[in-house]
Amino acid sequence: MSDQSTFSRRDVVAGLAAATAGAFLQPSAARASEAGKLATAARSTARAAGTRYQPKIYTAHELATVTALVDEIIPKDAKSGPATEAGVPEFMDTMLDLEPNMRTAHRGGLAWLDHECRRRYAKDFVGCTTTERHAVLDDIAYPAKAKPEFSSGVAWFNSFRDFTCTGFFTSEMGVTDIGYMGNVPVMQWDGCPPENYRRLGTQKP
Amino acid sequence: MRRDVYDVVIVGSGAGGGMAAYELTKAGAKVLLLEAGGMWDNSKDSDMLVAPWETPRRGGSTPDKPFGEHDACIGGWNVPGEPFTTAPGTRFSWWRARMVGGRTNHWGRISLRFGPDDFQHKSVDGLGDNWPITYDQVAPYYDEVDRLIGIFGSREGMRNHPDGEFLPAPKPRCWEMPIKKAADKQGVTCIPSRLSILTRPVNGRAACHYCGQCNRGCRTNSNFSSTNVLIAPALRTGNLTMRTDAMVREVSIGKDGLADGVIFIDKVSGEEQKVNARVVVLAASACETARIMLNSKSTRFPEGLGNSSGMVGKYLTDTTGTDVGGFLPSLVDQPRHNCDGVGGAHLYMPWWLDNKKLDFPRGYHIEIWGGMGMPGYGVGGGMQNYAGGGGYGASLKNDVRRYWGTGVGFSGRGEMIPNEKSYCELDPRTVDQWGIPVLRFHWEWSDHELNQVKHMQQTFRSLLQEMGAEVRSTMPTKEQGYGIATGGSIIHELGCVRMGSDPKASVLNEHCQTWDCKNVFVADGGPFVSQADKNPTWTILALSMRTSRHIAEQRKGGKL
Repeated sequence: MSDQSTFSRRDVVAGLAAATAGAFLQPSAARASEAGKLATAARSTARAAGTRYQPKIYTAHELATVTALVDEIIPKDAKSGPATEAGVPEFMDTMLDLEPNMRTAHRGGLAWLDHECRRRYAKDFVGCTTTERHAVLDDIAYPAKAKPEFSSGVAWFNSFRDFTCTGFFTSEMGVTDIGYMGNVPVMQWDGCPPENYRRLGTQKP
Repeated sequence: MRRDVYDVVIVGSGAGGGMAAYELTKAGAKVLLLEAGGMWDNSKDSDMLVAPWETPRRGGSTPDKPFGEHDACIGGWNVPGEPFTTAPGTRFSWWRARMVGGRTNHWGRISLRFGPDDFQHKSVDGLGDNWPITYDQVAPYYDEVDRLIGIFGSREGMRNHPDGEFLPAPKPRCWEMPIKKAADKQGVTCIPSRLSILTRPVNGRAACHYCGQCNRGCRTNSNFSSTNVLIAPALRTGNLTMRTDAMVREVSIGKDGLADGVIFIDKVSGEEQKVNARVVVLAASACETARIMLNSKSTRFPEGLGNSSGMVGKYLTDTTGTDVGGFLPSLVDQPRHNCDGVGGAHLYMPWWLDNKKLDFPRGYHIEIWGGMGMPGYGVGGGMQNYAGGGGYGASLKNDVRRYWGTGVGFSGRGEMIPNEKSYCELDPRTVDQWGIPVLRFHWEWSDHELNQVKHMQQTFRSLLQEMGAEVRSTMPTKEQGYGIATGGSIIHELGCVRMGSDPKASVLNEHCQTWDCKNVFVADGGPFVSQADKNPTWTILALSMRTSRHIAEQRKGGKL
């Protein structure tokens, strides 16, 4: 049990600012980021050694499929990306490792995608050309327009897209991209910038 | 004096138990505090300011953190080895916090005093029962709680939503203002929230640094949790001993018919132990306290301690709840800025209508949500519901950016009328892993609650329409209970160890002292005679303070 804080407010805020660099939060951050850091470290090591990430759950083929697919969903653009650059396949593999009940639907969907590609082009998804991949994705990525015979693919792709967005937009790259500016201690709360109130038809109080 | 006899043993370290420990140690009593969970100190163990990419789950939930891995509260709806059962046809969820500080690690810091009508509502509408005490009797304790713990708010002069001794309230965020504008237009009272978060330093605790992460536990103790605001100072008196992992089974009764201590299981060794005390304060949460009392069977009290009236477990209530959210197009492409603020909404709506013109009794308050909060598990999800229709590639990526932070919504939190069909009892056939008989719940909503929740749904949809928001859900039907949340799921279980003025119809007297056994008191949500359209924590604190002062006085007078 710790004593109540006796240091000044400025010290506290300064201390918290240092915390983002890791000093103040050391024990918790170390514990909490254990697996995340391991995944990142494994990836960097693999990359430095010119080898591939060793998945915990995915087969080599599944990893290749996911790697191709997440970059179709979140490609590189002027601001950031692609998804693989933010470690999305590694995030997914880690989550499947932590949450066994996610595996069947997720991996089953990857298998569905390959079946569909083979049916049309006699090739797996990874073997398809960009045009062929997009033809399949166009049939399952827009639920309101999709034909009923693709309903399994649509349901799976909805969740795969959600999963990809989580993986990307919770990464450091994605959080920077989306423009989240919080998670920092501030001395004084003075509301939002006046412009933000104005464009909602209101005034800063 | 026997050295192994404590003056007081307190069961549970949440709001009620923490306050009892604070007050009684200050008054000089040697106190033992028993907690069924483990040690957890928000000032050291919190995930405050941990970024989403630092953890593998990105904030997603875990079995013992249903509200996300960073949430401070360890426990949940299903605690391993500690089952509960429900009667056929009953749907009820029972949340347990298993840690020092109990549920004060979990809550939203919404700190509302009950008003004069809330203590005497039977006199207003003939339903339920009056409390044996009035607002005026509790008001001085509310004042003290305000000063001791700290709360922000605004003075409004509303009769049944009494003002407190408030610190300044933080300015509303940008997205909260269109909500206020719509509320003003529709005659819904919309005022600054009343939260136990410090906007100025209080009693050596630093002011808030506006990271918006109160639910993770505050490393600077700038919000209220029992652990560092009540228990830490109690420990510093030298009069408090705290034992964690102590699962209390029963209150032990001596030959004189008085309690002589409690029997608990040390979860670490699995051994049963007894501690002796002159006074027992149960503050284990309403249902857990009822369970301990029902399990305290003796020749003197064959139906359980304090249960000669047969009222232990009866008239269990939870807050009513339902939510409606929408997409506010004017928030698309909003300029980025830090709108974290405090860990909760800066505005809320207290109950504002006259029931004489409505088809349900009592009221509800409205909590609001929205904003560009820290991205976590689920961010960018459901993009197929927006104009882009889902898709993939550059357009999808841009849609996520544009629609992030455009959701706003309302949660209603209302008053349930206690009824005979909603109660808990011991399940005669099921025990937990320590062999302690578990609770079986019975639950039924009446039209009072269903019509109230219907009104919430209509109000929220009307407000969203007024704001120009798009609502995708349809109004739930009567068969769907108008979208009412499952009993227990709002985590405001109250009653079932109720106070009253008639020993035949209540468990406790006006001092929260059992009628049957003068040295056993209850200091959690159990004594509540009624809910209110307000969250219970501030009243639990005020009542526990009042009860503890009574215990101290009685001890001084040699009566305990």
